[in-house]
Amino acid sequence: IMFTTQVYGDNGKMKEYHYTGPVEHRFSPYSFNGGTVLAVAGEDFAIVASDTRLSEGYSIHSRDSPKCYKLTNTTVIGCSGFHGDCLTLTKIIDARLKMYKHSNNKSMTSGAIAAMLSTILYGRRFFPYYVYNIIGGLDEEGKGAVYSFDPVGSYQRDTYKAGGSASAMLQPLLDNQIGYKNMEGVQHLPLNQEKAVQLVKDVFISAAERDVYTGDALRICIVTKEGIKEETVPLRKD
Amino acid sequence: MTQTFLNAVFLENAVLEAEVTKLGCNIPAARKTGTTICGVVFKDGLVLGADTRATEGMIVADKNCSKIHYISPNIYCCGAGTAADTEMTTQIISSNLELHSLSTSRMPRVATANRMLKQMLFRYQGHIGAALVLGGVDCNGPHLYSIYPHGSTDKLPYVTMGSGSLAAMAVFEDRYKQDMEEEDAKRLVRDAIAAGIFNDLGSGSNIDLCVITKGRVDYLRPHDMANKKGVRCVYEQEALPHQTGNYKYKQGTTGVLTKSVIKLDLEVVEETVQTMDTS
Repeated sequence: IMFTTQVYGDNGKMKEYHYTGPVEHRFSPYSFNGGTVLAVAGEDFAIVASDTRLSEGYSIHSRDSPKCYKLTNTTVIGCSGFHGDCLTLTKIIDARLKMYKHSNNKSMTSGAIAAMLSTILYGRRFFPYYVYNIIGGLDEEGKGAVYSFDPVGSYQRDTYKAGGSASAMLQPLLDNQIGYKNMEGVQHLPLNQEKAVQLVKDVFISAAERDVYTGDALRICIVTKEGIKEETVPLRKD
Repeated sequence: MTQTFLNAVFLENAVLEAEVTKLGCNIPAARKTGTTICGVVFKDGLVLGADTRATEGMIVADKNCSKIHYISPNIYCCGAGTAADTEMTTQIISSNLELHSLSTSRMPRVATANRMLKQMLFRYQGHIGAALVLGGVDCNGPHLYSIYPHGSTDKLPYVTMGSGSLAAMAVFEDRYKQDMEEEDAKRLVRDAIAAGIFNDLGSGSNIDLCVITKGRVDYLRPHDMANKKGVRCVYEQEALPHQTGNYKYKQGTTGVLTKSVIKLDLEVVEETVQTMDTS
């Protein structure tokens, strides 16, 4: 008597609370598991950050499921969306990286990985991987690079990009603080690592306030020529 | 038979909405409260509890809304479902109950509030999305009811409603005992709401409690601030605040495109001074 069981519909949005009309039951191969990713490129570093909450409908599957995956010593990828496709896609990328290393005797560069990912995603144009990808790493010159993708493989190189459920909340703040948009008479200082990390933490804390899918903890991966450093910051758990 | 039934059921707006939606017109979505609400009867009275998050889709619209509504001095009501529906329904019944109380020269009874609420909700055939937990203490002792949007009610010693009701009920089913002390009851309700806050995405922020006993009402808002912004909330440990960066804009950062100043020619006609009583 108390509550309806199939509370969330195919697209991940909540169905109306006391919906009593006709329902067409269809199996949906996709599910939305929430999560937000963010990548920032600096002069000689790149930061890839993601929250660690895995959710479905109104429930939480895990509070410790980071969305950043290490690909090489100089590249990290952040994947959010449907967790099943995130896992499969990262496995496929890892396999392709190994194959490239064995045939070409060197690791793939960030730009090469980005181009390859685009073809992998477009290969599934008519049954897409429901994943929002952002690659962060160092390019061949050692400068920070960020590549952002859509689910079917369209990509471009950026200085900063947010993806996932709270992307619409994070992106405008990054446009202002990193891109200095809508500000006049402000000195365009180059982004240094400490300020970038501080900004990422503050921006995620704010996203966790207003987006129900973002929270629990924040995992930050900082990519420099020395290697990849990881930092974890707790977020709201409600 | 059908004709008289339709006359008795005030559905014109609801029917219109259904027809218009069929044509493809989008009615603006009403804000829902997600929510975890609950109530428990203890030895001398009862405790009502609620979280404080209001959601619009999957975005938090209000981080600190009040879900425990006043019905009468001895009766309070928690509301889950559509925010406007719970607010207006409780206000209407509160007003009618006050008039009824003056007319009968008696303190209102919880059963009366329950009857009024269920009769109104049934009249609207579930279109008013209000799921309520009604509780109060009257001349016959403490009473707790749960009221569903279609108009059915249950009179029970402990109830939960809202999207977080399963999490809260799990806590109740584990630890509820008859004739608890006030502090135990408050702790139980606080833990039930906390279960909803941390495990249900539709509920969050703080815990509000309302303790009602004979002759006393403690409206504890907030009773527990379980989640502060930027504070590393490690359960039961001293929280370390995160040092937020400085994002203050300097004067002149927002560009001025055009400026137009219109001088208003005013002349002073009369000047009076009225001292304020600051004692």
